[in-house]
Amino acid sequence: MQKRFPAGVTAVEDLSLDIAEGDFLALLGPSGCGKSTLLRLIAGLAAPSAGRLDWRADVTGRVGFVFQEPTLMPWATALRNVALPLELAGTPRAAAERQARESLARMDLTGFEAAYPRMLSGGMRMRVSIARALVTRPRLLLMDEPFAALDEITRHRLNEDLLRLWQDERFTAIFVTHSTFESVFLAERILVMSPRPGRITAELHIPPEDRATPEFRTSDVYAAHCRAVSHALSAAMAA
Amino acid sequence: MSRALRIAAPSLLGALFLLGWEWLVHARGIPPYVLPGPLLIGQTLVRDWTSLLPSLVITAQITFAALFVAATLGLALAILFSQSRVIEMSLYPYAVILQVTPIVAIAPLIIIWADNLWLALLICAWIVAFFPILANTTTGLNSVDPNLRDLFRLYRANRWQVLLRLQLPTAMPYFLAGLRISGGLSLIGAIVAEFVAGTGGASSGLASRILETGYQLQIPRMFAALVLVSGFGILIFLSLSLISHLLLRRWHEERK
Repeated sequence: MQKRFPAGVTAVEDLSLDIAEGDFLALLGPSGCGKSTLLRLIAGLAAPSAGRLDWRADVTGRVGFVFQEPTLMPWATALRNVALPLELAGTPRAAAERQARESLARMDLTGFEAAYPRMLSGGMRMRVSIARALVTRPRLLLMDEPFAALDEITRHRLNEDLLRLWQDERFTAIFVTHSTFESVFLAERILVMSPRPGRITAELHIPPEDRATPEFRTSDVYAAHCRAVSHALSAAMAA
Repeated sequence: MSRALRIAAPSLLGALFLLGWEWLVHARGIPPYVLPGPLLIGQTLVRDWTSLLPSLVITAQITFAALFVAATLGLALAILFSQSRVIEMSLYPYAVILQVTPIVAIAPLIIIWADNLWLALLICAWIVAFFPILANTTTGLNSVDPNLRDLFRLYRANRWQVLLRLQLPTAMPYFLAGLRISGGLSLIGAIVAEFVAGTGGASSGLASRILETGYQLQIPRMFAALVLVSGFGILIFLSLSLISHLLLRRWHEERK
């Protein structure tokens, strides 16, 4: 697959990728490596200049997207924001609200249904944003550096919440990040990308049994994986 | 700056100015047909209230009618523009021409063409008030957060849903800002057009009162009419600001 922009920039080149259902995939790379572009191509928000996407499963209407910013409608309450995808699909208001409430509850936001985005902290806005992406029970969840703007403590907590959700529901997740630590903590498969033009230079796997290590984030296994990913990233940047 | 000071400072300045004015008029013995003191103006306003009020009502009617038509048509046209680039490209230059042509220059024509004076004044006030609402709302409808637009695309929202749930709410602060500008402009349009029309009968607005007091050298009464015009303009601005505040306070941070 390839994506060129009219300005002549080639964002993604010679890219071939097979994603299995239920994968948690991280796209790791420096800024400008085309990882966001790749995510937009997968979401159908951009069309490839060459090549194509084949779907093994029908995900129509079952794709969730979490942007870098919370991207909430400032004029709507948390509940209305989360209910939006359902209402756009024509779900009756009462049912949409019930599901939105459940989705907010899963993100620990019970009690904040009537809050407007500007009343919420950055971390809570991002939770609302994730609740909105999850409200349609997506089979594919695309995330574009969703926690990059958050402080470390909030980011760790959201990482843990996201992992728990994925383990419960087993949607396919594609997570764009520039953090080695985040990619190792979350993903089973890590694809390292190099910039200009964007291509995949390395693929690493984190076995589920390693992730089951108690206190994974502070374990030696985690540190070893981070080291390996970090080396791969340095090699990608040098390439 | 504290809220109290924000009210107290201009009030004090205003009081000092009025005192100075009153003193100057007395100290120099300036005759009232040249410059009446604020006290005399106040007395005239109270005395002539019953004869000035009907004029104020007429001016107010024209102003509000013009503002209403400008808001409705401005919003409708902006929505039309947002739906079709071709329509926008074809019509926008004419909206600009309407805006840049001085109303004083075309008011005589409108007064000749329109069936009655009231309608002519309404059209003039509308022409002046129309453009800010159109321009602002058009900008607002095109200022949608690109990520939110992508989100709506991702969930396969149709054109109608994008307009109702995304573009119109986004444009709301822009529309209201345009409305506040146009509120003042429609009053100016109503007054200017009436000046062009000249002194009418007993049923005409505040501008006719100002003209006729000029001819008759009733300067205190002229000032009283001026006070009414300004007071009315301030009232329009404050009410529109209040409406804007009430509608936007929940979500617009800079409105706080």
